[in-house]
Amino acid sequence: MLSALLPMAESGSTQWLSFDWNALISNLGPATIDGLTFGAIYALVALGYTLVYGVLNLINFAHSEVFIVGAYGVIFTLSALGFNGSPPNLGIGPIILNLLLAMIVGMIASCTTAVAVERLAYKPLRKRNAPRLVFLITAIGVSFVIQYAIFAFHSKNAEPAVTMFTPKPIFDLGGTIIDSQQLTIIIAAVVMMIAVDRFIAKSKTGRGIRAVAQDPATSTLMGVNSERIILATFAIGGLLAGAAALFYVMKVPSGVIYNGGFLLGLQAFAAAVLGGIGNIRGALVGGLVIGVISNYAPFLLGDSNWSQVVVFAVLVLVLVVRPQGLLGQTLGRSKA
Amino acid sequence: MSTVAESSETTKTDKVTFMQRWHMLERWQQWAALIVVALALYLLPVLNPPIISTDGGGSDFSIACFDMARMALIAVGLNIVIGYAGLLDLGYVAFFAVGNYVAAMLTSPDSPYLKIPYLWTLPVAVIVTMIFGVLLGVPTLRLRGDYLAIVTLGFGEIVRLLATIIPAMRGQEGFSKVGAPPGTASDGTPLFTNSNGLPWYWLTLTVLLLVMILVGNLERSRVGRSWIAIREDEDAAETMGVPTFKYKVWAFALGAGLGGLSGALFAGQIGFVNNAKFDVVTSMLFVAAVILGGSGNKVGAAIGGAIVAYLPVRFTGIAEYKYLIFGIALILLMLFRSEGLMPARMHLLTYAKRAYQKATGKEIVAPESEDNPFAGDSKTLNLATEKEADEK
Repeated sequence: MLSALLPMAESGSTQWLSFDWNALISNLGPATIDGLTFGAIYALVALGYTLVYGVLNLINFAHSEVFIVGAYGVIFTLSALGFNGSPPNLGIGPIILNLLLAMIVGMIASCTTAVAVERLAYKPLRKRNAPRLVFLITAIGVSFVIQYAIFAFHSKNAEPAVTMFTPKPIFDLGGTIIDSQQLTIIIAAVVMMIAVDRFIAKSKTGRGIRAVAQDPATSTLMGVNSERIILATFAIGGLLAGAAALFYVMKVPSGVIYNGGFLLGLQAFAAAVLGGIGNIRGALVGGLVIGVISNYAPFLLGDSNWSQVVVFAVLVLVLVVRPQGLLGQTLGRSKA
Repeated sequence: MSTVAESSETTKTDKVTFMQRWHMLERWQQWAALIVVALALYLLPVLNPPIISTDGGGSDFSIACFDMARMALIAVGLNIVIGYAGLLDLGYVAFFAVGNYVAAMLTSPDSPYLKIPYLWTLPVAVIVTMIFGVLLGVPTLRLRGDYLAIVTLGFGEIVRLLATIIPAMRGQEGFSKVGAPPGTASDGTPLFTNSNGLPWYWLTLTVLLLVMILVGNLERSRVGRSWIAIREDEDAAETMGVPTFKYKVWAFALGAGLGGLSGALFAGQIGFVNNAKFDVVTSMLFVAAVILGGSGNKVGAAIGGAIVAYLPVRFTGIAEYKYLIFGIALILLMLFRSEGLMPARMHLLTYAKRAYQKATGKEIVAPESEDNPFAGDSKTLNLATEKEADEK
């Protein structure tokens, strides 16, 4: 039987797996910048996974759908504002105003979805003290239902592309041009993540989140309203996913489709695990690393499908070699 | 210990009394009843009962029956992973895909590799998918269950992508004329064709029944008891000396093998394999089948699989919404009846009960099934509850 499989290995290994280092090196600059831009988006989504995991020890599979609902919110707003496939001729002020409006709608959409999911699906299970597997299957079911509700009642096709502005080159780093769009996304995402980090570290709610993450029973005894804290955690994750949705629409204008959240969610989850799930700064680091890696892969291996495969390989490798992630866990309890 | 202890039909009889009546039957009576049921199953596509039939919806009933049997086999396999060992595998379609490709690459004229008779691809597919299961399970099964869920989810997607990337797997183009078992009808035409589901259904049903008997035996062996122990409380099982990692890998590999087996059968019946049939949502459908039927109960899982395959072809109006409907069913079941339509029973308790009945000749009242197939850290055994409450 082995002889039947051997030719597969032989002929396969020479044909499909080849490393084209020249292609990578000649595109290194743009690939890195673009990777960091995507990485910033992954990091924002990864924060949603990380926060919920830190507090509830639950992988919120529905978070990718929280994100995609936000993306629909963004694209509907922009269409209503009159944007379409070709960038309008607007000054910088109106553009920023329009973007902010779209982001706020996206954030509201995502946040509402996240909070609704937690109230309708997870809270009843928590009350019943349901086992972990029940939570996971519910999360999967929720993700499934949101996807296919969009599929069945809205559209099975991608939304028409919406372009907001033409990216203008701003910097020139030794031949690598950084444009205004990349810069906006990276700066905005990093600022948001710093804000969240400070919020968790300093505010009363943030203290509550850390307390519940450490020990839910004790924090409840100490007067922390853990239900309120859990809700706040989902809300923060939703807000960030909504912001990420705007950046995603800017970067991939025609990427809003009912199952568009799935792959991005997988990347973001890999980012969260790579950085150390439960660790806010880890999500940023992991997001940027995953973004860059998944952007290098198509150049190096010659097929855009490789980026998913490479990200998955990284995920498995991290789980085998360093399951606590690059920065370790700080928000969450230590794992069993 | 009857092989088929939890084989309750879909009757509306009150469950406890039905099961009690079932246990009061002699062993031979149980077997006789099951043989009648099996015969009825074999005759189902021949009788083609008017209300059940899918012909009205434009799909051939024998092929619909084959699909039901195939989904039942998948659900029985996935039930080992989810229902017995309590591991959430969200990429089961990947093993199904591997089985498809094994059958296709070893029989289709489109493939340059060594050809073997179709029936031989069934065991080969089982072995190859089991190897994949071990390769995927060993790195991830040491970690907590949620990681397994996401890694398998990723794996499901990767197999599809690799089928696109690797030229030898022919991507969209795929493999046509996948082999079939030998044999010709009296007029000389081949028995197993793509358009006639009947022989395929009989083959798959036979495989399914054999697998269920084997799984039933396994369930009552040391391995099965270890799986249940792991599902109920992994730490406690480890403390009691159960090599949890080893048995988790076993469950994962066996489940994968059955996925590969049904994949090879599917490839044979359809006769064509490409990368388009293995998207991740199909995995969700498989999970829904197991949960719907009652995870931890092989008969329940098999019926769940058949239902999931049957409803969209019988009621073609809902085909568009099937993922939505099964998704909602999944959530509602988790919220209100997480043990599924046909819950697993606490086997150990049942055996104790039956031993007690034999010894004393007296009936004891079965504890009301608070039992949940996914115990984890919650109250499954009444004994454990109070102790746990103290600890928390």
